[in-house]
Amino acid sequence: MKEFDIKKAYHLFYLIRRSEEKIIELYDTDKIKSPVHLSIGQEAIAVGVSLALDDNDIVFSNYRGHAHYLAREGNLNQMWAELYGKIDGSSRGKAGSMHLSDWSVNFMTTSAIVTSAIPEAVGYAFAQKYKNDKGIVICYHGDGAVDEGVYWESLNFASLHNLPILFVCENNKYAIYTHQSKRMLNDSISERANAFGVKASKVDGLTTKDFYNAAYKSLDEIKNGNGPMLIECLTTRWRDHVGPGEDRHIKFRSDDELDNAIKNDDLLRLESMLSEKEVKKINDEVDNKINEAIKYSEKSSFPDTSEITEEVYG
Amino acid sequence: MDNLKEINYGQAIYEGCYQEMENNDSVFVYGLGVDDQKGHYGTSKDLHKIFGEKRNFDMPLSEDAMTGVGIGAALAGLRPIYVHQRMDFLLLCMNQLVNMAAKLRYMSSGEHSVPFVVRAAIGRSWGQGAQHSQAFHSYFMHVPGIKVVAPTTPHDAKGCLIASIRDNNPVVFVEHRMLYSNTGYVPNNLYEVEFGKGRVLIEGTDITLVGASYTVTDCIRAAEALKKIGISAEVIDPVSLSPIDYDLIRKSANKTKKVLVVDNGWLTCGFSSEIIADLGINCSNLKLDRMGYLESPCPTTRVLEDGFYPDPEGVAIKANIMCNGEKNWKPEKISREEINSFKGPF
Ligand SMILES: Cc1ncc(C[n+]2csc(CCOP(=O)(O)OP(=O)(O)O)c2C)c(N)n1
Ligand SMILES: [Mg+2]
Repeated sequence: MKEFDIKKAYHLFYLIRRSEEKIIELYDTDKIKSPVHLSIGQEAIAVGVSLALDDNDIVFSNYRGHAHYLAREGNLNQMWAELYGKIDGSSRGKAGSMHLSDWSVNFMTTSAIVTSAIPEAVGYAFAQKYKNDKGIVICYHGDGAVDEGVYWESLNFASLHNLPILFVCENNKYAIYTHQSKRMLNDSISERANAFGVKASKVDGLTTKDFYNAAYKSLDEIKNGNGPMLIECLTTRWRDHVGPGEDRHIKFRSDDELDNAIKNDDLLRLESMLSEKEVKKINDEVDNKINEAIKYSEKSSFPDTSEITEEVYG
Repeated sequence: MDNLKEINYGQAIYEGCYQEMENNDSVFVYGLGVDDQKGHYGTSKDLHKIFGEKRNFDMPLSEDAMTGVGIGAALAGLRPIYVHQRMDFLLLCMNQLVNMAAKLRYMSSGEHSVPFVVRAAIGRSWGQGAQHSQAFHSYFMHVPGIKVVAPTTPHDAKGCLIASIRDNNPVVFVEHRMLYSNTGYVPNNLYEVEFGKGRVLIEGTDITLVGASYTVTDCIRAAEALKKIGISAEVIDPVSLSPIDYDLIRKSANKTKKVLVVDNGWLTCGFSSEIIADLGINCSNLKLDRMGYLESPCPTTRVLEDGFYPDPEGVAIKANIMCNGEKNWKPEKISREEINSFKGPF
């Protein structure tokens, strides 16, 4: 097993955290005129899973995709320019935060219709097997996504055909403000997946390393032809479902729930495993990169309206 | 004026819903987030505290199944109101709505009926992009057995909702995010706005402008701009899209001889095609034209989004060309406060 790279984990984690904190800082300027779904609090999953991936693996994410994209070492400048709606964005401004898309790092265009990309991810895995290609499909989704019937239809097909796909359920317990217990009788996502023939495990260690280990093991199984797997990763979303704000005022969860998660911040844990010098070096480098990305986005221009009807057909 | 008050579109929907729930125990509301603190733009806020959780409840993300659940409850005599945060999500409900709700009365030769209201908000603005901004009223207009209403004023929002709840057929009730802040006078009592009856919002003699949902406001603003250059535009709000008040539109067309249909949607096989087809068949010597979304998905970045949608300036320019061929006139910039002041974050 490839050893867990603490330095790299910290680097990616800090990059995601700082990028999203920058989004929060800048949001009031209205330069980002579109919804943002932040991953703050949930980064450990994306970082842990991404560190376990090979270059040829393929990522299907969703509207809460910044962390998945950055952990995959996507292009920071292009992501920022996309948030700004500029031509140097990964989709020339047509997509925005909810539909990040960058095939240079095998990152599929994301959907903001919950669960709608799950069968596509399965289809991609079907093609990988069909073509005898190596890459495994990684399919990130939330706990809300499993409410949809199509989710289970997709798992059924994936196990029936023994497809090379790893489902990564980021269980932050809520679909917007609705707790899992108000949407299903039992807390049983992994059990249900198992019943569908998708070998599933629940990962509640909450650390990047736990998620790394779980992903690594599952990917190994999949590589050995042992079919689709699911890891249910327990986590907490720190900010509001959408937008830069907090959501304590909505009172759908207790302050304790949130405070405990914040106290358990794995970024601090990773930081404590590195020397002060190492941390400073990474922080400076990342801060610089983010500032550069923002400058780059500021300088980039808006697309011309003639582009509206371009790229509709191939 | 005692029995009238000034409220906004969202409040009018709330009031219609509240009063009809009070009036009829079989009316209930469900949908994602209907009982959360925001209560779907206030339209269902705290209804569960008043009428009990049985009558205003959240649901799993299971749009397809929950459409069928609503239809089943309606078959059993209840009057469900199913609320969607975005019209885009209705695509997940399509099989149940089109193959089941729309057909059960017919297939049972009138034995069963499906008194089912499906409310859905068109999500335009603040970079909603390709999947959170779409308008599908035309899809449902295509299907016999489903009624479609798209009120634009608070008065019609309340009256149409009450009529929809009382109707024995499935009704798609089209809302628009940029309309919720519209204010107007609304009667305090329970009243119905009749299906199949449109309204002339502004009377005119030179050209007829027909909108759908939010684009009715574009037509009103365009008419105001046109008035300044001496063009008298008649603005029609069809209110009910299926059935639609063809008589009203034909009458106006025969008077002005020019009709510009401004859809809040794509043109091909849409609301505008339908109106223009009817006028082409039933009237003569008309100048007809139409506007709507550009033929692409909705882009996210604001500059492209602004170009994608019809706007009041564009409507006025086209209307002026239709009236006197004058191509170089441009109205002053027309401010749309509801769009300018809207800052998301969603
Ligand atoms: C089909 C569909 N229904 C409803 C919505 C509105 N919506 C957007 S995100 C969301 C919650 C999803 O929760 P979850 O899958 O747990 O993901 P999380 O946001 O917690 O990451 C809902 C209901 C949607 N986008 N698509
Ligand atoms: Mg969730």
